[in-house]
Amino acid sequence: MPAITLALFLLPVLAGLIGTLLPALGLLPSLGDTRFSLRPFARLFAAPELPGALAATLVSGLLATLLSFLTALGLAAALEGTRLFAWLRRLLAPLLAIPHAALAIGFAFLVAPSGWLVRLAAPLVASGGLPPDLPIPGDRLGLTLAAGLWLKETPFLLLAIIAGTNQLPVARFLDIARSLGYGPATAWLKIILPVLYGQLRLPIYAVLAFSLSVVDMALILGPSTPPTLATLLLAWFDDPSLERLGPAAAGGMLQLLLVAAAILLWRLGELLIVLAARAWLAGGGRGHAGVMSRLIAGAIALLLFLLASASILALGLWSLAWRWPFPQRLPASWSLGNWLGAGEGLGRVLATSLLLALATAAIALLLSLGCLENERRHGLHPTARVLWLIYLPLLIPQISFMFGMTALLAWLGLEASLAALIWSHLVFVLPYVFLMLADPYRALDERYRRAGLCLGAGESRVFFALTLPMLLRPVLLAAAVGFSVSIALYLPTLFAGAGRFATLTTEAVAANAGADRRLAGTYGFLQAALPLIGFGLALLAPRIAFRHRRGLR
Amino acid sequence: MSEPGLVLESVALSLEGRRLIGPLDLQVPPGEVVTLMGRSGSGKSSLLAFICGTLDPAFTAQGRILLDGRDLGALPPERRRLGILFQDDLLFPHLSVGGNLSFGLPPGFSGRERRARVAAALAESGLGGLEGRDPATLSGGQRARVALLRMLLSEPRALLLDEPFGGLDDVLRQQFRDLVFRRIRERRLPALLVTHDRADAAAASGKIVTVDEDFCNGHKE
Amino acid sequence: MAATLTGVRMISFTRRVAVLALLLSGLGLGRAALADPAPASWDQALAQAKGETVYFNAWGGDPKINAYVSWAAERVQAEYGVTLRQVKLSDTAEAVTRVLAEKTAGRSDGGSVDLIWINGANFAAMKRQGLLFGPFTQMLPNDALVDVAGKPTTAVDFTVPVDGLEAPWGMAQIVFIYDSARLQDPPRSMAALLAWAEAHPGRFTYPAPPDFTGATFLKQALYEMTDDPAALAKPVDESGFAAATAPLWRYLDKLNPLLWRHGQQFPQNSEAMRQLLDDGEIDIAFNFNPSEASAAIAQGLLPPTVRSYVFDRGSIANTHFVAIPFNANAKAGAMVVANFLMSPEAQARKQDPALWGDPTVLDVTKLDPAGRKLFADLPLGAATLPPEKLGRTLPEPDPSWMTRLAEEWRQHYAR
Repeated sequence: MPAITLALFLLPVLAGLIGTLLPALGLLPSLGDTRFSLRPFARLFAAPELPGALAATLVSGLLATLLSFLTALGLAAALEGTRLFAWLRRLLAPLLAIPHAALAIGFAFLVAPSGWLVRLAAPLVASGGLPPDLPIPGDRLGLTLAAGLWLKETPFLLLAIIAGTNQLPVARFLDIARSLGYGPATAWLKIILPVLYGQLRLPIYAVLAFSLSVVDMALILGPSTPPTLATLLLAWFDDPSLERLGPAAAGGMLQLLLVAAAILLWRLGELLIVLAARAWLAGGGRGHAGVMSRLIAGAIALLLFLLASASILALGLWSLAWRWPFPQRLPASWSLGNWLGAGEGLGRVLATSLLLALATAAIALLLSLGCLENERRHGLHPTARVLWLIYLPLLIPQISFMFGMTALLAWLGLEASLAALIWSHLVFVLPYVFLMLADPYRALDERYRRAGLCLGAGESRVFFALTLPMLLRPVLLAAAVGFSVSIALYLPTLFAGAGRFATLTTEAVAANAGADRRLAGTYGFLQAALPLIGFGLALLAPRIAFRHRRGLR
Repeated sequence: MSEPGLVLESVALSLEGRRLIGPLDLQVPPGEVVTLMGRSGSGKSSLLAFICGTLDPAFTAQGRILLDGRDLGALPPERRRLGILFQDDLLFPHLSVGGNLSFGLPPGFSGRERRARVAAALAESGLGGLEGRDPATLSGGQRARVALLRMLLSEPRALLLDEPFGGLDDVLRQQFRDLVFRRIRERRLPALLVTHDRADAAAASGKIVTVDEDFCNGHKE
Repeated sequence: MAATLTGVRMISFTRRVAVLALLLSGLGLGRAALADPAPASWDQALAQAKGETVYFNAWGGDPKINAYVSWAAERVQAEYGVTLRQVKLSDTAEAVTRVLAEKTAGRSDGGSVDLIWINGANFAAMKRQGLLFGPFTQMLPNDALVDVAGKPTTAVDFTVPVDGLEAPWGMAQIVFIYDSARLQDPPRSMAALLAWAEAHPGRFTYPAPPDFTGATFLKQALYEMTDDPAALAKPVDESGFAAATAPLWRYLDKLNPLLWRHGQQFPQNSEAMRQLLDDGEIDIAFNFNPSEASAAIAQGLLPPTVRSYVFDRGSIANTHFVAIPFNANAKAGAMVVANFLMSPEAQARKQDPALWGDPTVLDVTKLDPAGRKLFADLPLGAATLPPEKLGRTLPEPDPSWMTRLAEEWRQHYAR
């Protein structure tokens, strides 16, 4: 990857880390603090909320990652090769496309004591027409948050598994193992997983980092008194008196350490499991035919899908509701007012979101294509280290560097500008777009390009007339991924946009906090719909363009 | 007066310090097919890539390549006017048959003229009326012929054949081979054929050079 | 492009970061701006205001209020040729910080804030640090219509004299709301509330301080518990704080375990508390706006059976204002807007529960018949108490009380 592209998305991250570290050490010249001091850390550790916040963060983050990983693994192992799995693969893109905030708002309504599930089961549960006093969402340990994260991260890890298995002759391996008498799930775990795991490591670490530091989902599903660490820090950064800036920055560093420690812990677990599994791998145990495991996996897949779609459906219903009081199962009165009344505001927010997501996805696509084409022309072979660099923005908690990054943007005179916003989104969009595009790009038969050149076409004609159209499908899919990542981003929008740019995500979260579920439903539903439309177009366009080209279907 | 045809002057290829080919001196006169024989992995295809100017930078190459007395070394691939045929037809899957052929046609003709030339070329090869077809719907023999036509329409001054008959069954293979060699003779083009098949070499009825002394691991043919 | 809608929460620090960077880089100093001289008369203000753009820094967390400001913008544009732009804040203090940063950076005209929606601690801070323009309210024609006698909080803001540095905009008073379909006889004092909670555990809660409404609940409770209400009018005396607040913490220690979710979780703000009432998760909520319940019913956010009531010993009340920073770029325009916001037309519209439902600062009896009719025609709303039933008002304690109470609450209960 050329240095300039790397710099474009790594520089803000590194500068952001430094810019957060300085105030954490008491160095904030603009406030007259120029002497090194550990006072911010002392104040951080003295905060009464900290122990509870750490507990909620660790429990929800680790639990969510572990559950998501095990679920994804279980689904792949039990269902690989079945028709259900093929069906699940097709559902993956829409599940992945649902933004965190939208899913969380819908899920919160689903599982709340006065929520949809209780209403559907009202005659069984509710006593005297009152909702039960259960701490959902917002339980102290963040279990509801972990469940929401599980809904969102399992599809991501399943995608990582599928992407990895695409490069392996899975069917043949499994056939061999099963002819040796191994049950399908056992065969998968013993043969495919060990080969695959190396490729899953970075995605898992990204999930771990994200789950431990997520803000938007934690605001909606997480505990409040005290909240998770990242949410607590956001409130401190947000304290208008500037009083808590130092402790907040120190907390950003603590958050970074927390993620690093969790990754190390996970790595340690990997090593222990490898040691423990050696005997198991070679022990010859064949496992079972897997009917039961298939049933369970099928049920879990169904549950995942139902919960996610019910969450989005709930948003859709709320967006059309006027009154939907407890314990009614459907809105008591309907209204288009949420869509029409929000009118001009909705239009503007939609326009901002679209502009931002389209611009960011387009720039990320251009840069990724440029890097890959450059790599190909010069015969470069990326190393594993480069992959780590690309993943870096996804491994470092956003709250640990967004403050410093915003200061950098302001210092560059980009304070609260659209350019700042696009740049901040690019930091997160570029890795995804690049990762989505890299494999198909590198897999394109190099001889097409050579054939084109030898037919007299120059490099650029080969690129535009051959490479790009032949890769239209992965290019559009990468663009759709970039688009949906940008649509979903919360913290970077908040920081870099300085609140002057309202997107569907910030408005959905704000409307949820402002306690108008109908408005939150409208924004959330639209927020969920846009990426789905994006993916739909990305899948549809090549089909239409190449409807007469069997070789590209 | 310089020599017509394709000339290789002490061409050598190495990868990570290991010599794969050469130094090799070779003359391919117009209308003649010189065959390079060698096992897979011997660097034959890389030699063709070097001649085309599309060699992977991981390789190091030495020596000069002259076409009709002109040194090709400084020219980018698209201006060397070398036609290449691979084992796979490599028809561009997103273009129709006509689109593939038109891609090979040099610029400077009107749209109508381009279509006429494409149609004529197809008709001449017994493929008349297939312009609008999706290449994926053609038979293997038809695809091979379209690939040949596409290359010839780009008006190359020399041909490089990278095991172009390997993917075809016996009957087709013979027919297509005859067609290719006939066109080479008709157009008096110098041609360099890379193969490991003795029948191909024999049918080429030209000089045979064996490049087999070294074997390279990890290099994709 | 500006933020457009609903609650623009949690955005302030970035703007403050921008301020910090401004100070760091000195960028802010380079921007040339023409000084806007203070108008000497109302006519001069009107003339000067034409064509000016007023950046109104106002909390942007409520779509109703934002819509009201948009309406006001249309009106002042049509009437006075002033362009009004709302800069939606999540917390008024961010505008205070910005003005302070500009003063520190030496920018004494061409400031970025022209008008601030303000009261209490923020007003006290700005007044103390000389960050305000004025006195200017005496120049505004509509200032004479303000009900200073009946609404003394229009002249004394959280114990701090207004001194013409801010123009009254609206009234606030703590009012409790409940669903009459579920609850017939709600408790009317803190002691009764505790007894009621013992009988109905899990059916009451309050927003977690430092949320303003939540902190006000603490102040309201403190008024009922303290032996020395007069001390609340003075800044917190640290030596006496523990003793003065001990009854409050004893009370909350008893009340909190009886709250919604056993007092382990609290709603984040009064809107979230209102939603819990609507969801049937709690039976009693409260709000700082006496017509909020009617407004929420009108908007479909609460059932029509919701009613409001006040505690017997009185309820905390205050006034909110608009003020002009010392370095405002469009002082004349800001004055014109402030005057318009106090006009009978704007005040009546503001009091309409369907639009905002914020009580007027005006003395309706001072208005001409047309103005009086505007108010007479307003629907009260089923859940709004008529003025005579709003009971006694309790003045806001000194701003330092809120800070300390919230801080202490966090130490006690936010673990």
